[in-house]
Amino acid sequence: MIRGTVVIERDICKGCELCIAACPQESLGLSSSININGYRFAELIQDNCTGCVNCALVCPDVAITVYRQPKSAIKKAV
Amino acid sequence: MQEEVLTNGYELVYKKPSTLTSKPFHYCPGCGHSVVHRLLMEVVEEKGIQESTIGVAPVGCSVFAYDYMDIDMQEAAHGRASAVATGVKRIHPDKYVFSYQGDGDLAAIGTAETIHTVNRGENILVVFINNAIYGMTGGQMAPTTLLKQVTSTTPYGRTHEQMGYPLRITELLAQLPGAYYVSRHAVHTVNAVRKLKKAIEKSFDYQKLNRGTCFIEVVSNCPSGWKMTPLESNKWLEENMFPSYPLGDIKVPKDK
Repeated sequence: MIRGTVVIERDICKGCELCIAACPQESLGLSSSININGYRFAELIQDNCTGCVNCALVCPDVAITVYRQPKSAIKKAV
Repeated sequence: MQEEVLTNGYELVYKKPSTLTSKPFHYCPGCGHSVVHRLLMEVVEEKGIQESTIGVAPVGCSVFAYDYMDIDMQEAAHGRASAVATGVKRIHPDKYVFSYQGDGDLAAIGTAETIHTVNRGENILVVFINNAIYGMTGGQMAPTTLLKQVTSTTPYGRTHEQMGYPLRITELLAQLPGAYYVSRHAVHTVNAVRKLKKAIEKSFDYQKLNRGTCFIEVVSNCPSGWKMTPLESNKWLEENMFPSYPLGDIKVPKDK
């Protein structure tokens, strides 16, 4: 399986939960702590992200940067 | 430091476009405005036309669009963004010009300007964000408000006897010969966002052809004005807005 990860800028996130609904892997969830604006922010709660970019496409605040395993690394694993 | 560890060996697949400024959006959580801002700027970045794009900002929630888009922008009086964009395009015919307007701006106070801009077939892109409400001023009824929809000025729901019917201005404009490409999109799901981006790409391409106005309506949400959470508002959007405002291309160019 392709592995990826997301980096969420927590001080920009407003906790709208749209990325959580868009994630097919259910890797995202709301934090239990709050950011500087008082919002609970989205964060990775499971290590099964595939880097599909869905969360970043629906994020209204452009807080998500997506990284994915390069194709060469997958070939090595096979 | 933490970022380096997290992304060790992984390649970047998606990041904020460089054509957006670093200022965080002031919009409410879950608002569709910032998605459209981002898509416009992604297209500008991918086409490499940051130097030759001029945007016109409206009055409404997106009045500060010029703070977020790192391109040349001009603020217009309420409803007159398409008229200002006309002037900009006529002075700079080689630039890409778009106006960005909401439904209170474009469909209420600026109806005359919008209709005549499209009727003249001005070579601009008009982006119309329709959330069926005046979001900025506290959720009052707009011309696009649905029948029976409760807003702060229609507490018992909009009735056609008193307030008339919802104005489907996109269908109205599609009949005008000056309109070249008219399309309606949404930003509530991943697929919808991808489709909207393609439509914006197409309309920037059509500007080179000098054939007429491109008009893109984006059916958007207003969680604060509708008094819902962002997820509820997207569901409400699908159930109530789409029957009145069906998505899809309304007028596509016949000639290639």
